[in-house]
Amino acid sequence: MGSTITEKILARAAGREEVRAGEIIEARVDLALANDVTAPLAIAEFEKAGFTQVFDPARIALVPDHFTPNKDIKAAGQSKKVREFARKHEIVNYFEVGRVGIEHVLLPDLGLVAPGDLVIGADSHTCTYGAVAAFSTGVGSTDFAAAMAWGHVWLRVPESLKFVYSGELQPWVTGKDLILHTIGLIGVDGALYQAMEFAGETIEGLSMDARFTMCNMAIEAGGKSGIVGFDEKTASYLQSRPEGSHARVAGEVFASDRDASYARVLEIDAAAVPATVSRPHLPSNAAPAAELGGIAIDQVVIGSCTNGRLEDLRQAASILRGKKVHPDVRCIILPGTQQVCLDAAADGTMQTLIEAGCAFSTPTCGPCLGGHMGVLAEGERAVATTNRNFVGRMGHPGSEVYLASPYVAAASALAGHIATPDEAGAGKGGAR
Amino acid sequence: MIFEGTVHAYGRDVDTDVIIPARYLNTNDPAELARHCMEDIDAGFVERVRPGDIIVARENFGCGSSREHAPVAIKASGVSAVVAASYARIFYRNAINTGLPIVVCPAAARDAQAGDRLRVDLAAGTVENVTQGKRYAAEPFPPFMQDLIDRGGLLEYVKSRLASEGA
Repeated sequence: MGSTITEKILARAAGREEVRAGEIIEARVDLALANDVTAPLAIAEFEKAGFTQVFDPARIALVPDHFTPNKDIKAAGQSKKVREFARKHEIVNYFEVGRVGIEHVLLPDLGLVAPGDLVIGADSHTCTYGAVAAFSTGVGSTDFAAAMAWGHVWLRVPESLKFVYSGELQPWVTGKDLILHTIGLIGVDGALYQAMEFAGETIEGLSMDARFTMCNMAIEAGGKSGIVGFDEKTASYLQSRPEGSHARVAGEVFASDRDASYARVLEIDAAAVPATVSRPHLPSNAAPAAELGGIAIDQVVIGSCTNGRLEDLRQAASILRGKKVHPDVRCIILPGTQQVCLDAAADGTMQTLIEAGCAFSTPTCGPCLGGHMGVLAEGERAVATTNRNFVGRMGHPGSEVYLASPYVAAASALAGHIATPDEAGAGKGGAR
Repeated sequence: MIFEGTVHAYGRDVDTDVIIPARYLNTNDPAELARHCMEDIDAGFVERVRPGDIIVARENFGCGSSREHAPVAIKASGVSAVVAASYARIFYRNAINTGLPIVVCPAAARDAQAGDRLRVDLAAGTVENVTQGKRYAAEPFPPFMQDLIDRGGLLEYVKSRLASEGA
């Protein structure tokens, strides 16, 4: 019997010929990461346990992105703990405000993740890096503390769910719509403890940015990881990482065998997937955007680790170009990294968005988790390109979040209510 | 170990954002986190909860964010154990790692009502609903997890591993 790409990566990391779903393994970690919310707790546990040394200062990333630039005095104190730990242990990949970006956009962009890697992160959206054919999964602070000391992690080898997408996407339909639709099909625990393998001609046609978006939301179906097989797009993305970076010089390409074993294979007709919105208060409450017209909104958030890449901002700008955000709406842009800001400035995307009346933020997780930079009041409603719409996620427990693509979010910002680009009077249908 | 307490009952997909909202994650002090435990799903929880009480929920308890602050807040609020039909995987790891007793028992989770008295016997692997007079077998931990717990948790395990490797 053959192996899935996930089993092959985990076998390599465990130093084994092969591993099978269900086995518990101890595997070598290529990169371990944490942020300003999860690292302070991990540092406290690391020190309390009496560890004095990290396993490799070059294979740990500390990314203070959640409440930075520091939102209040307590958050500043937490950031300070992370900074002091990074200095003491000479952590190579510590990023200060001004250089920091949203972790799951920043780290792959800097070439810190290579195909075949095993990445763990004290952040649930660590599953994002499956887009470069790596195995990556979220853990808690104590697991991260253990990995900092040990350089290993214990894992149960997950069964895989294979999603095969076929057909050409309709206008305005993106990777975000595909993943919201998919979570709608299987539910928020539809992939519990499992790896979600995204395949098929539609996925082959998706950009890397769209693949990152899909893998990013595997956790919203309960998935342990999301992964897309290596192809020419992956190769070309990796070759454009910084010279000498890990992604340029390391990595091993694995692919699922034809006779690999899957818990389930789902065939999805991607051509039939509409622009999709997930209603409050679960990412699985997916519905066609066109059926939600008329729901008035107060705020739009475009960006985050899910949709804060250049392609996402360009899609939003394509809708907002030469137009104005509805007078009753605050539209906030959260770019993923400083490089995304620079690129958006260079090609006019930033100017388009600012001229349309959007607020352009520095990279931060900010309002996605109700932290800062756009928290909602009681009774307020937002359309967001983020990843969660749980009760209170973006602010007051009496507020509401609708999850959508950058196209639908931008169109809704124009209309003042949930709208598709066609309804908002945008031009011809956009590219994927 | 045996825990007995009053049930606080919830449905499925209780996410870590409602267990401990992110607006309070600018600290990792357990007592401070406990003051906001379950705030966005059950605003009266912190006032009602008594030492030893038991949280009961349906499928996928602890879904969403990886914040270990969630089991930390539950434990610091005085809750002795959580009984659920299933757990999201990161929460499951985090509960083990922070010493919050968790039990998988779909039948007990289905039957229990808020206010029932529940008795959880971890060693025997049983859940007893004292109010309803019912007994259930809990799912045992996988052997690896039980071994980790018996060795005093993950960090103790890692310490002994590193010591034996002469690191």
